[in-house]
Amino acid sequence: MSARDARQIGAAWGGTRTAAEVRLEELRRQYGSTVALDGLNLTIQAGELVALLGPSGCGKTTALRLVAGLEDADGGRVVIDGRDVTHLPPNRRDTGMVFQAYSLFPHMTARENVAFGLRMRKVGAEERRRRAGEMLELVGLATQADRYAHQLSGGQQQRVALARALAIRPSVLLLDEPLSALDARVRSQLRDEIRRIQREVGITTLFVTHDQEEALAIADRVGVMRAGRLEQMGPPTSIYSQPATPFVAEFVGLTNRLAGVVMSGSVDVRGVRLPLIAPDTPDGPAVALVRPEAVSLAPAVESSNGPLSGTVIAVSFLGAVSRLTVDLGDTRVLVQIPTAEVAAHPGGSRVRIALRQDPVLITRDGGAERR
Amino acid sequence: MNRRRRRRLAAFKTAVYVVLGLFFLLPIAAMVEFATRGVGISSPRTLSAFTSIGSDPELVDAIMASLELALITSVGMLALLLPTMIWVRLRLPRMVRPVELACLTPLTIPAIVLVVGFAPIYRWIEINVSDSILTLAFAYLILVLPYCYRALDAGLSAVDIRTLSEAARSLGAGWDTVMWRIVVPNMSSAVSNACLLCAAVVLGEFTVANLLNFENLQVAISILGTGNASISIALSVLSLVFVFVFLLVLSFLARSLSRRRGAARA
Repeated sequence: MSARDARQIGAAWGGTRTAAEVRLEELRRQYGSTVALDGLNLTIQAGELVALLGPSGCGKTTALRLVAGLEDADGGRVVIDGRDVTHLPPNRRDTGMVFQAYSLFPHMTARENVAFGLRMRKVGAEERRRRAGEMLELVGLATQADRYAHQLSGGQQQRVALARALAIRPSVLLLDEPLSALDARVRSQLRDEIRRIQREVGITTLFVTHDQEEALAIADRVGVMRAGRLEQMGPPTSIYSQPATPFVAEFVGLTNRLAGVVMSGSVDVRGVRLPLIAPDTPDGPAVALVRPEAVSLAPAVESSNGPLSGTVIAVSFLGAVSRLTVDLGDTRVLVQIPTAEVAAHPGGSRVRIALRQDPVLITRDGGAERR
Repeated sequence: MNRRRRRRLAAFKTAVYVVLGLFFLLPIAAMVEFATRGVGISSPRTLSAFTSIGSDPELVDAIMASLELALITSVGMLALLLPTMIWVRLRLPRMVRPVELACLTPLTIPAIVLVVGFAPIYRWIEINVSDSILTLAFAYLILVLPYCYRALDAGLSAVDIRTLSEAARSLGAGWDTVMWRIVVPNMSSAVSNACLLCAAVVLGEFTVANLLNFENLQVAISILGTGNASISIALSVLSLVFVFVFLLVLSFLARSLSRRRGAARA
């Protein structure tokens, strides 16, 4: 980013606006007998990007729509910048929103779309045009300003939608799975761009997604939701390496479930002692949740036996790394190793797995060995 | 093989056009032939039947009344249906079926049965409100509901009004703005279709007007027909042509309007 770009963004943004803090307090929302939000508490610091992550139906989109005012809360409060907006209609909440579905007004050009919110705020025509132009420049679409939605690609449409949401200089930016309709390449590009723009503008942002990779890559903090509640909230690294619950461990990243026995602060898995994330766990049988990258392959020993020996039954190439499925006889384990090492372990070959001494989370829910 | 198939398809298309064209045009041609006949067997063709239409003040009144009715009914229909349908879709999705059913019911009730219900109402209207023929618009509003509902429904299904209205709302638009600036511009062809159907139904309506003792275009034609067959047939031809031209103009207008709006904004 050049200095000129930064100045431009400052100008487009107006420069004077300070970021707002958003607080959700004991938010409740029910649809008939289904509880979508079960007393959600969440504070988004000013200028922070928080991603809500969770399976479909966990309430993450409901939470976002409650902040936008597109749905009514059954209980609790939404506070934006110290102002209780729980009972305000969406058009008086000062939020900018980007939707999952393409939402550009089809009968308007990109510029008119971006200017629409300004028009609603009675900004003069000249000023509208200028600011819409600046916002389009910010998302890299200045040359497409006079195109209609149907003349733009999916990624471009979402960029315009982002520019449109930002043009009104809202106190909160709400992103409702804005990338899920795009193909993989555009998705990661636009993801990085959203992050860049969000940082430049310094706007408080709530990002909802079911894609854990997206959430981990973009957010300052990630909130993992389940059944209308926050399961864990924290920076991406701690969500990944120190999951608070088995649900988080299994939802964020792939996880092997390996039977073991907890004994005085560590867990014995197939003859290997692994440290625990929570060392004060009572002794007894348990299932350890082990990341594929914490499993490696030891040099193959012909006709070796034992609890750590098995057969490679599948190899999937993921680029720099590859993921192997190893059949240990009573269970299967996913192993992630550098692709360069895969040649030594073709499908059908006998291997020995090794477990890295990373702290692991255990569960006693007695579910299947592997999902 | 491919070429032969294409040629056969073209031949089939032409045949269909010819048959359909004959089916529609032959009666009209016969009507024109009849209406332009002179009085005697060997007398020359004459347009007197057509020209005498304009000189009959009662007929002119009937034509004007029908046109005004078409306009009033169209406006009333849009004012009633459009907000209702949009509101139901956005806020009361459970009511979509009941509203559809209510709108389609008039289709299942014969006009003559409807009139039995209308008669006492119109007696009351005649005494308490007005005895003008334009009060027929009320009955016509009900008659056109099914057609217009269908037309608007198709238009509404074609746009994602939920997302568009939510986007507009979050950008600061109130409900009226959502309606007029976002939803309606995106279904302008559905709106003009609904108006078209509405006008066509009203201009061709006979039963209700006749039984309620109002003289609209079709009633006037039939009254004329008892006295002067040529004029009544000439008028029928003209009304057919008129409706056809009217529909053409309306659809052309709607299309050029939406295109011009696009061009002006770009």
